[in-house]
Amino acid sequence: MELKKTVVSDVDRSIYDIANPEKAKYKVNKGLSKEIVMAISAEKKEPSWMLEHRLRSLEIYEKLPMPAWGPDLHMLDMEQVVTYVSPGTGMKDNWQELPEEIKLTFDRLGIPEAEKKALSGVGAQYDSEVVYHNVKEEMSSQGVIYTDMDTALREYEDILRAHFMQLLPASTHKFMALHGAVWSGGSFVYVPEGVEVSMPLQSYFRLNAPGAGQFEHTLIIVEKGAKLHFIEGCSAPRYNVLNLHAGGVELFVKENATLRYSTIENWSRNMLNLNSKRAVVDKNGAIEWVSGTFGSQITMLYPMSILKGEGARSEFTGITFAGEGQNLDTGTKVVHAAPGTSSTVISKSISKSGGKATYRSAIVVRPEATGTKSSVTCESLMLDSDSRSDTIPVMDIRNDEADIGHEARIGRISEEAIFYLMTRGIGESEAKALIVRGFVEPITKELPLEYAVEMNRLVTLEFEGSIG
Amino acid sequence: MKELLKIKGLKAKVGEGEILKGLDLTIHPGETHVIMGPNGAGKSTLASVILGHPAYEVTEGNIVFEGEDITEAKTDERAKKGIFLTFQSPEEVDGITVENFLRTAKSAVTGEAIKAWGFHQELMALMEKLNFESGYASRYLNVGFSGGEKKKNEILQMLTLNPKLAILDETDSGLDVDAVKTVSEGIRNFKNDNNALLIITHSAKLLENLKTDYVHILVEGRIIKTSDASLIDEVGRVGFTAMLPEDLRGGV
Ligand SMILES: Nc1ncnc2c1ncn2[C@@H]1O[C@H](COP(=O)(O)OP(=O)(O)OP(=O)(O)O)[C@@H](O)[C@H]1O
Ligand SMILES: [Mg+2]
Repeated sequence: MELKKTVVSDVDRSIYDIANPEKAKYKVNKGLSKEIVMAISAEKKEPSWMLEHRLRSLEIYEKLPMPAWGPDLHMLDMEQVVTYVSPGTGMKDNWQELPEEIKLTFDRLGIPEAEKKALSGVGAQYDSEVVYHNVKEEMSSQGVIYTDMDTALREYEDILRAHFMQLLPASTHKFMALHGAVWSGGSFVYVPEGVEVSMPLQSYFRLNAPGAGQFEHTLIIVEKGAKLHFIEGCSAPRYNVLNLHAGGVELFVKENATLRYSTIENWSRNMLNLNSKRAVVDKNGAIEWVSGTFGSQITMLYPMSILKGEGARSEFTGITFAGEGQNLDTGTKVVHAAPGTSSTVISKSISKSGGKATYRSAIVVRPEATGTKSSVTCESLMLDSDSRSDTIPVMDIRNDEADIGHEARIGRISEEAIFYLMTRGIGESEAKALIVRGFVEPITKELPLEYAVEMNRLVTLEFEGSIG
Repeated sequence: MKELLKIKGLKAKVGEGEILKGLDLTIHPGETHVIMGPNGAGKSTLASVILGHPAYEVTEGNIVFEGEDITEAKTDERAKKGIFLTFQSPEEVDGITVENFLRTAKSAVTGEAIKAWGFHQELMALMEKLNFESGYASRYLNVGFSGGEKKKNEILQMLTLNPKLAILDETDSGLDVDAVKTVSEGIRNFKNDNNALLIITHSAKLLENLKTDYVHILVEGRIIKTSDASLIDEVGRVGFTAMLPEDLRGGV
């Protein structure tokens, strides 16, 4: 899918860190209970099936154990998490109508600016609720729906009911069950058959309230032969209490359709980011994941592609940068469930100042998926001896006709290369940043320009030691 | 005239192994110095130490550049003062193009922002002079370059950064006959009365068109002989061993 230039927003970490005083109009008490779940549903005036779904999810949550693998999550105490915080603004389609400080927050993040120049539509979530949603007339006139989930639940209830948490049922894992119980916000996108959305749609998730959780749900359906590039951005100011993010993303890519899903996660380092994303792809359709993980204290994120139709494709391009105190556990899973399906995985991870980056990939080839092709390349770069990188690839191949390639490289940054650059007058931290930017370049060039610029800037900041 | 570079009593080691064992060298602006010596003598080490490579520890002596002691200075500071080294085996750096790298380097060395378009023109002109196909400007730094192409790229960098002292470490090795000519042309055009060259080489070819002021023979971490250009022929005739004082001859 062709990439459009989007506006370059000159933001730095300090901008992410500007917190607004909390002025929530409505929020639930800390912790998790049936009463809290019912209160959220009532506040949203949901249909009864959704409340039932929430309560069922809560029951599952209570039964499921914490994940037995991956990063240690002992610091998570659900009794301390506020699962729903509403800014109480209602949803607007005009930035001017938002309270000044919320508008200013998104201004600083460059969202309205990008919308004008390079996006087909924008959604903006502040804590638990979407405060802004707008899609260009040119798109809505072609039948493209881009709105928040609450509106979708009212206006497109049947579609939602048929798809919601079908790819990610509450039983998937404990945090999906939690998500099912307390989810709020997120975006719904429907692209009708044959429509190509010319510029990307972008949803931005901002978590402002300290000690809160964000559980947005994104549901995208791209009909036959249609095309979409969806961008997801997220950030939060830094607090000294734990914040929790357990979003859910479900993508339905129909026959011959293409969906590119780009994400840059830049949560502050008091965030537990336990996000789940799945796509199901029909005949000759394609899902392209582009994923950058920079922020959070702990991340567990493994977007999964289910290649259900013959000739379906998936591409995963991911970058993870783990700095001081971060444990970022990322990867991807591809299930080849039909003949002639193909997948490509390119993953790069960087660890620095004691950070830990783990990459897990799983390629599953079902018996019926003959003629499958898959290529996995993962590289990691450790910038010092305190840092760790692991790659844990899993292959589960159930037929003889699969062409599977796997390549993994783990290395340390080359002292000779740093010296070489320094002999050309480049300072040590800039030399390291150049090498790291070069290492991630194959990924940067897949990103929309503003995100590429931002990613390079985050790398540079990391070397100046100014990211908090 | 004031010295550009003055090295006194320089000793340097890697781990426990002493490589430079007390070395003096003085270079004035306008001069061309040549260092010859057997493999493993410490020539590349000397070049690395002049640029402050962190793997080498200077245990004695000092390095003074334009009157300032730079023995402890960081590598990039030395580069900013005007010292340059072409590497015997240049590093490959993925993901950064030759052009972007050179623009970054030039801006670092001059301390000024460099306009992209003007720089591009300048670079293209230099590349043409070096018979270096312009497409290489947009390739990643030395990645997949042939041995000769890497060397040309080093000279391109030297011409772009225009240092006061350029140390050339076996720039001629790996270059074909024509390339040696273009490169030596490039070096001659670079050379003027205010800058200086320190050329490490095993062959006289690169030097044919250059006026050589001094030739030093470096053996086992010491300069054992210094003379004028005639020494190049002598090395060719008799080799290094014959130049050693009696007591050292067994050791080489
Ligand atoms: N980083 C290092 N670690 C260990 N030994 C080193 C290191 N650098 C140089 N040496 C050793 O020091 C000695 C001098 O090496 P150097 O590369 O300076 O030689 P040279 O004179 O440039 O040789 P050549 O003509 O082959 O290029 C060699 O014995 C080499 O193995
Ligand atoms: Mg050498």
